[in-house]
Amino acid sequence: MLAAWLGALVSLVLLVAPASAEARYPARVVTIVVPFPAGGPTDTVGRLLAQAMGGALKTQFIIENIGGSGGVLGAARVAKSAPDGTTLLLHNIGLATSVALYRKLPYDPRRDLEPIGLVNDVPMSFVARRDFPASTLGELIDYVKVRKDEVTYANAGIGGASHLCGLYFMSAIATRVTPVPYKGTGPAMNDLLGGQVDFMCDQTTNTTNHIKAGKIKVFAVTSKARLPSLPEVPTMAEAGLPGIELGVWHALLAPKGTPQPILEALAAALQQALADPLVLDRFAALGASAATRDQATPDALRRHLDAEIAKWSPIIKAADAYAD
Amino acid sequence: MELLGDLATGFAAAFTAANLLYCFVGVLLGTLIGVLPGLGPNATIAMLLPFTFTLEPLSALIMLAGIYYGAQYGGSTTAILIKVPGEASSVVTALDGYQMARQGRAGVALATAAIGSFAAGSFATLLVAVLGPLLADVALAFGPADYCSLILLGLVASVVLAQGSLLKAFGMIVLGLLLGLVGSDVDTGVERFTFGIPKLAEGIPVAVAAMGLFGLGEIVHNLRDEHAREPIARRISGLLPSRADLARIVGPVTRGTLIGSALGVLPGGGSILASFAAYSLEKKLATDEDAFGKGAIEGVAAPEAANNAGAQTSFIPMLTLGLPSNSVMALMLGAMIIHGIVPGPSVMVEQPTLFYGLVASMWIGNLMLVVLNLPLVGLWVRLLSIPYHHLFPVIVALCCIGAYSLRNNVFDIYLMAAFGFLGTLLVALRCEPAPLLLGFILGPMLEEYLRRALILSRGDPTVFVTRPISAVLLALAAIGLIAVVLPSVRKLREPA
Repeated sequence: MLAAWLGALVSLVLLVAPASAEARYPARVVTIVVPFPAGGPTDTVGRLLAQAMGGALKTQFIIENIGGSGGVLGAARVAKSAPDGTTLLLHNIGLATSVALYRKLPYDPRRDLEPIGLVNDVPMSFVARRDFPASTLGELIDYVKVRKDEVTYANAGIGGASHLCGLYFMSAIATRVTPVPYKGTGPAMNDLLGGQVDFMCDQTTNTTNHIKAGKIKVFAVTSKARLPSLPEVPTMAEAGLPGIELGVWHALLAPKGTPQPILEALAAALQQALADPLVLDRFAALGASAATRDQATPDALRRHLDAEIAKWSPIIKAADAYAD
Repeated sequence: MELLGDLATGFAAAFTAANLLYCFVGVLLGTLIGVLPGLGPNATIAMLLPFTFTLEPLSALIMLAGIYYGAQYGGSTTAILIKVPGEASSVVTALDGYQMARQGRAGVALATAAIGSFAAGSFATLLVAVLGPLLADVALAFGPADYCSLILLGLVASVVLAQGSLLKAFGMIVLGLLLGLVGSDVDTGVERFTFGIPKLAEGIPVAVAAMGLFGLGEIVHNLRDEHAREPIARRISGLLPSRADLARIVGPVTRGTLIGSALGVLPGGGSILASFAAYSLEKKLATDEDAFGKGAIEGVAAPEAANNAGAQTSFIPMLTLGLPSNSVMALMLGAMIIHGIVPGPSVMVEQPTLFYGLVASMWIGNLMLVVLNLPLVGLWVRLLSIPYHHLFPVIVALCCIGAYSLRNNVFDIYLMAAFGFLGTLLVALRCEPAPLLLGFILGPMLEEYLRRALILSRGDPTVFVTRPISAVLLALAAIGLIAVVLPSVRKLREPA
């Protein structure tokens, strides 16, 4: 109530006029639910998308942040919303991993949600404190195997991308090291910069600047090909550990039962947004690659979601990790 | 003299008509939300983020920053007038500020808070510009073990906040620590003390506990008195501090500024520690320790200076390293990313105008806040002349709206009511809620750092004494504890 009032006041102050809505779909303002707090990486993607898709469909797209329980609360809200195309969900890789991470998930991502399309993919990078003895991925693996009781790796919380990437790495080299959980990437990076913790795997969005400044070491990136922003850094396969290709992807979904024409209109608007130079520019700054026209479709996202659930569930189950 | 040139560039960038306007809008909004309990800078900045899309990056950051430190000014207003601290940082201000208000010196307390904040803000802003990168490196040297010892030192210091029995103060701190454990375990995600209530899974919001313990507890306490039909303050003496008052606050403001500036740099709660570290120090230095808690002007000046200095220097890790020191800074980083600026150490080098422009705007904003707040003092004080039976329903309503707006959650209102009941009970038992609240705020942080320090040391507890920073802090805590316990032990023995 208060929030709405304040929002209204501010929009007056800033002279932001609400966009006029058209008669057909979308007849009303479209809400994209971001199941994480404002200001986070998923929120940033959502806000860029809301602006561009709003332009494409000539209506106002607003973001509603429903954070909590690693994205489960917000996703559950959308799964139960009216399937009329006015409530959408922007989620990330967590949608696929929540299936294995939560024993009591209040929704089934494949049964209760309708895919619209993939949005983008942010690669991860393996980084270590500046004075860490190993300098290449091979050396890191040797070092970790010999001293698995001493080495520590930071993660930004259970079920987060950095945690999953660490699990994936350890299952690939069949060695377990001590995880050090943090509340978010910021504090984890703080301790990595300060040399308190040995290594971590994090989105390039957070690591690129520190890598370039020489404050941390980098071993490899988890993308298929080298990144334009870090051309000198090898991929995992090049560095000697093929098969680890992972990234934090974002996807747009709608409640199950949303009419086909609306889904098609939304997918078209998404594709249009992903061709917007401003969006591409900002994604590039984040180290994210925008989904291609073929990926930003309901079918492609459905296949992607199935593949990701199949990929992560055994890894998470093997690590016996649960978020609830 | 490169710095002067950089600062000149910064002021030039901040002194455009548009940026001055955004700075003003920011501090005005900040003051407003600071006055409204519950609604904090976090929620406000989150709501405003989309509006800043269309602005220049510098203008956006200037406005968002203004909201943040503006809220530090506004938060003390309700703490002083009606003992409702809207923010964790103004909890301490409520102790002596509210007593001053009851004595008719609300105007003096409010003006002292504004003047102290301005002096501290000006100094801390300069510090950000001159020593920002250097201080950021110092902050990085702090490891989990060091934070853990710092928080322990803070807990020892918080014993000083209580006036009565030492044993009760310790009891309150421990109860606070336990309440802080409610919620999901950091490492495993297991829920603790939630009784299966999902709304408790993320813990109890600090503002809910503070409004319940202080705000509602005080209302019940007042209503039990026969004065309930009268205003909080019957006579109002002087709106502005006298020359003697000003002379008394110079020392506290200076010390508060230094403590706040130093602790504010530390990410993860440094600035929360600052306000009551400053209060504890003043109480220990004071010739008349008993005056504290009964309306000592030093007890308002020092913590207000400390929390505003801390608010400014907490920008240092964000601006120089791209690391958020609290959730508001995390939102500001998000704002930078949305504007295409990738946060990190290179921002200062590549975007000097942004860095120095923001720093310059922080000084301008602080000046605006004083100009904005001093004339408001008279208006606020007049509120206190409203008969209490008209005023208290308004306070209750404001607290309810505040509690609800935190997470759009009715459950939080019930939770606040429960804390109100606890607060009333504590007053009846002559236990003070302030140490409880500080234990509650620091408890989760203590646990997080303790566990992380022990994971990193592979379970070896000697890490707390072998790391130099930690060892010094622990030694200080031990000295503090002895200094607090010895006199009261002696007092116990004397009659025997």
